[in-house]
Amino acid sequence: MEWLTDHKIPLGRWISDGVDLLLDHGAWIFDSFADGLAFLINALVDLMLWCPPLLLVAIFAGLAYALHRSWKLSLLILISLLLVINLGYWEETVRTLGLIIFATLSCVIVGVPLGILAAHRQGFYTVLRPILDLMQTIPTFVYLIPTMIMFGLGVVPGLISTVIFAIPAPIRLTYLGVSNVPKPLIEAGEAFGATKRQILWKIELPHAAPTIMAGVTQCIMLCLSMVVIAAMVGAPGLGVPVLRALNTVNIAKGFEAGLAIVIIAILLDRLCKQPSKTEKK
Amino acid sequence: MAVVEFRDVDIIFGSNPAPALTLLDQGADRENILTETGNVLGVAGASLSVEAGEICVLMGLSGSGKSTLLRAVNGLNKVTRGKVLVEHEGRQINLPECDAVTLRYLRMHRISMVFQQFALLPWRTVSENVGFGLELRGVTKRERNRIVEEKLELVQLDQWKDKFVHELSGGMQQRVGLARAFATDADILLMDEPFSALDPLIRNRLQDELLQLQERMHKTIIFVSHDLDEALKIGNKIAIMDQARIVQYDTAEEIVRNPANKYVADFVGHMNPLNVLKGRTLMTTTDKIPRRAEELILDRAGYCRLKIDEKSAILSATSNGEPSEIISFSGPEGIEGIQYNQFVTAPADIMLRDVIEIRRRSGSPVLFVEEEKLIGMIGDDEIFEGFLNLQDS
Repeated sequence: MEWLTDHKIPLGRWISDGVDLLLDHGAWIFDSFADGLAFLINALVDLMLWCPPLLLVAIFAGLAYALHRSWKLSLLILISLLLVINLGYWEETVRTLGLIIFATLSCVIVGVPLGILAAHRQGFYTVLRPILDLMQTIPTFVYLIPTMIMFGLGVVPGLISTVIFAIPAPIRLTYLGVSNVPKPLIEAGEAFGATKRQILWKIELPHAAPTIMAGVTQCIMLCLSMVVIAAMVGAPGLGVPVLRALNTVNIAKGFEAGLAIVIIAILLDRLCKQPSKTEKK
Repeated sequence: MAVVEFRDVDIIFGSNPAPALTLLDQGADRENILTETGNVLGVAGASLSVEAGEICVLMGLSGSGKSTLLRAVNGLNKVTRGKVLVEHEGRQINLPECDAVTLRYLRMHRISMVFQQFALLPWRTVSENVGFGLELRGVTKRERNRIVEEKLELVQLDQWKDKFVHELSGGMQQRVGLARAFATDADILLMDEPFSALDPLIRNRLQDELLQLQERMHKTIIFVSHDLDEALKIGNKIAIMDQARIVQYDTAEEIVRNPANKYVADFVGHMNPLNVLKGRTLMTTTDKIPRRAEELILDRAGYCRLKIDEKSAILSATSNGEPSEIISFSGPEGIEGIQYNQFVTAPADIMLRDVIEIRRRSGSPVLFVEEEKLIGMIGDDEIFEGFLNLQDS
């Protein structure tokens, strides 16, 4: 057995060397990237915090009604957000909401085009698939370390880790939706002279829309599951009280903060769930 | 000039068709090419021309290459070798070689298509589906709505324009498909087994509707079918395909009367002759009718007899020795007025269905007259032969 253990392959060192190399030469890129992202998130969060809590609650309830025409949903949102205010977690909730909205937007903006590309180029998907598997299975703490070093403490490494963890969902589901468009529909488009772009916008995306939306909802849930871990690298929000409760074995605080996370999850899930056209009839 | 013309078209599916073409030229068949090169031979050596206003039916079993050939007309299938010429503004454009802009123009303005499984977009309403081709072309919404209304009226679906496609029955869905194809006002209509997914009654009705529409619109239609009855009913000319090749290209009557080989004969043997066979095909010609003295004996028992002059004009008829009235058949609407024991003269182009109906009502053989002359007759024997023994008729 000695021959096997004598010469250890320095796998870990290669990776840390690689990270060091990136830091030595690209520190300014990471810094400005981190500053930019932090500015945008803080702007969004500050805006929501500047708004009086009751007004924001009313806006959410109104938005839900505008999207779904269901007073039951609006009532649910109203009551649950008032509960959050009552419990005293409003600021943390808003910060978490800001992080989630931002992470989800980033995932969708990057993930949906990647999914479309993968559906169109089988070769690209073959390369992409193991990377997605890796992103979803590698323990979060492992890449938390380099992201923390690269982007410093705070909301940005939390965001990056969240995006890494959540982005495979929209990519995979977009890929699934677009590659499952029935061939006759695409041929119908071609037969009437559609360009590639028209086929994408008028046939593939509308057909894949419910699947893509499912990917977005899933993405939101994955982002939420990262809230506590993001708090470990200093991202403010509901993860912080949960962590503190864990360290002080405070059951009451832990459950209160946890409940606020669940409330955000339900709220966002219900808001995003699209009643599909076939269901409507 | 033919509106659509195929010249020695070969279509081979596979990434590297060159070796398959060589094999094909050496006379290899489908299986050989598949085992030796892994390529599938879709169509081999197809030549065909379709004139303006014609309905040409490509007929064959599944896998015979008929759909493949059809889809070469609008470039959905790539032609490996040969020419597909589409007439456009007085020129013939070779589709496999034309550039993307021309191809797109032809698809938007010149050629439209109806699909077997309808291929309608389920998230769009009926009128949005019909306007699809116009939308791709960039027609304004107002203009589009006007055309869509007009085409929906044509297929009698104007009441349904705001429904979603899945709320319609199969027959109605295919009418939406037809309206979508008509909406671009393309002169060439490709129909890929459009009625195969429908049940027989609806299929029959849509066939009739298509023929009625065609009388008004005079499109050039290439129609794929695996059903000979449908092909014979709809097609001006029929190309029968087998094993990637066209084995016979002819009119319906000619295919029924002279099948080119056993494959065609098998098809013909399984068709429903009522709507296809014509009096002329089945009749016994005047010179073969048995004579006794001055009279022609029309049946085996000798009850029905006919006197004609030397120029074959009919003089009189007797049934069981009694003189009978001779009337002439003008069209299906007059069929009710035929009395028992009358003799009926008819034009030789009437369908077997009408011949049987006349025979049933009059009880006498049906006489065929052209330019005042008796040219032949059909009695029970000829009708039975028509049903049993088509190839020899």
